[in-house]
Amino acid sequence: MPFYRLLAPVLAAMLPCVSLAQQDTQKEIERYRQLLQESNPAELYEARGEELWKTRRGPKSASLESCDLGLGPGVVKGAYVQLPRYFADTDRVQDAESRLVTCMVTLQGFTPEEAKRNPFSGTGVPMLTTDPFSGVGRRSVMTDIVAWVASESRGMKIAPRMSHPKEREAYQAGERLFFYRAGPHDFACVSCHSGEAKRIRLQTLPDLVHSAKDAQRAFGTWPGYRVSEGELRSMQWRLWECFRQQRFPELEFASDASIALTMFLAKRAEGGSFDAPSLKR
Amino acid sequence: MADPMRIRANMAGDKVEVRVLMSHEMETGQRKDASGAIVPAHFIQTVTVTHAGKTVLSAQWGTSISKNPFMHFRFKGGKPGDKVTISWVDNKGDRRTDEVVIGGG
Amino acid sequence: MHRSRREFLQSGSGAGVLALAAAAGLVRPGEAFAQQWNKAAFDTKSVADTLKALGGSGSTESAQIQITAPDIAENGAVVPITIESGLARTQTIAILIEKNPNTLSADFEIPAGTDPFITTRVKMAETSNIYAVVQADGKYFHAVKEIKVTLGGCGG
Repeated sequence: MPFYRLLAPVLAAMLPCVSLAQQDTQKEIERYRQLLQESNPAELYEARGEELWKTRRGPKSASLESCDLGLGPGVVKGAYVQLPRYFADTDRVQDAESRLVTCMVTLQGFTPEEAKRNPFSGTGVPMLTTDPFSGVGRRSVMTDIVAWVASESRGMKIAPRMSHPKEREAYQAGERLFFYRAGPHDFACVSCHSGEAKRIRLQTLPDLVHSAKDAQRAFGTWPGYRVSEGELRSMQWRLWECFRQQRFPELEFASDASIALTMFLAKRAEGGSFDAPSLKR
Repeated sequence: MADPMRIRANMAGDKVEVRVLMSHEMETGQRKDASGAIVPAHFIQTVTVTHAGKTVLSAQWGTSISKNPFMHFRFKGGKPGDKVTISWVDNKGDRRTDEVVIGGG
Repeated sequence: MHRSRREFLQSGSGAGVLALAAAAGLVRPGEAFAQQWNKAAFDTKSVADTLKALGGSGSTESAQIQITAPDIAENGAVVPITIESGLARTQTIAILIEKNPNTLSADFEIPAGTDPFITTRVKMAETSNIYAVVQADGKYFHAVKEIKVTLGGCGG
């Protein structure tokens, strides 16, 4: 039986005595999050990412400085918030991370496998599809660069493109994936991310279906430095981790499925403020 | 070579207010990696902050200082344009020194 | 008794002082000008033992030491904590976390001219008392605050 269904009646039964305590708890958790804002280790990743963007790497010994993220070669400011979008040179819809893969391949001469290797830093959980040798404390070039690219859109409005037919297709595919129940628990994204005041332990879950505000805050805060991970985590990571938590098969890094879901979530967050890289629990 | 620290030093009244973010794993030596092996302890043990040749703060740390350590402190006697130097040494003998120029208020 | 002072080593002019210091066991060869690290104190596993290692047994509680920290830490890996001492001639501020595998988290030396104020972030293994131990004018004082540590959703 889906986990959240077990939770609901338990919570309901506890509600009269627990609601006031729950409010105090929420306030204290807000205070914890507030106190953390004084310093965000995401800065460390952003600094490395900016360096890596300008560093000559790969067989072609080239930098990423002429990488086109949608606003023209080398334009990074404001690029993240207009992604995902259609790119003519690859004839597909791409998000930030898959676009970085493209640039690493075309500009720097890496193979797609090399470009996608070790996309998530220091994860203790081995990735099956792209990094059989992942380990604690490992740096990820991809994470560093996406942190910096995201930071160059900080404070701007989330505005994914939706004019090309493939962009609309990606949105629709993402929407289907969002509502698609699968895996041993019969979960879909919607199982946790729809409905008021859903929560897992002390974490309230954003309602991505009914609340534009929740959707904006959710999309607008990834990438984020996650203190519980001790690492900066990107949107690709967030989706990969959700799939893992649902006991789905592994979501392949920078895959069309991941891009479609990102497109769906970006569109739902349209108009929101992009406040990433953020600091999260 | 360890990553540079991110240091901000500004005047707050007649005091210098310093916020420093360091890049360090601060590994406790109690964690296991994906293969089940213990990840050895690797953490900053001593930190020294100097200004005009004088130590304005020194610290000894254990493994329970959080990863990517952060410190915020204040001292008197500095002015805009002066340098503040921060050094750390970890249990493996790795070290890092960075300096920052004190900004205005 | 609290710790060996870096200033002592710095005031020397070179090989002479270092040789003396090395002979006295105060500095290991190759670690010139490195601060000493109080291994004994960082190995202790109780508040009482840590206080003893720091020379602070018999520390008295003081309302002049303020601990600012959340009552609940959403994650024990990063708990923000600020300690401010209103005691005259504060010399050191130490952070002790009662239920951690090793009690002593940090020990700060506050020279004259530096505010007896420090903000940092600590790891907490579980809900625990945090002690701020201050040495002021040669005497020891402390304050205590309990911080609850919760487990995040989805096991994080």
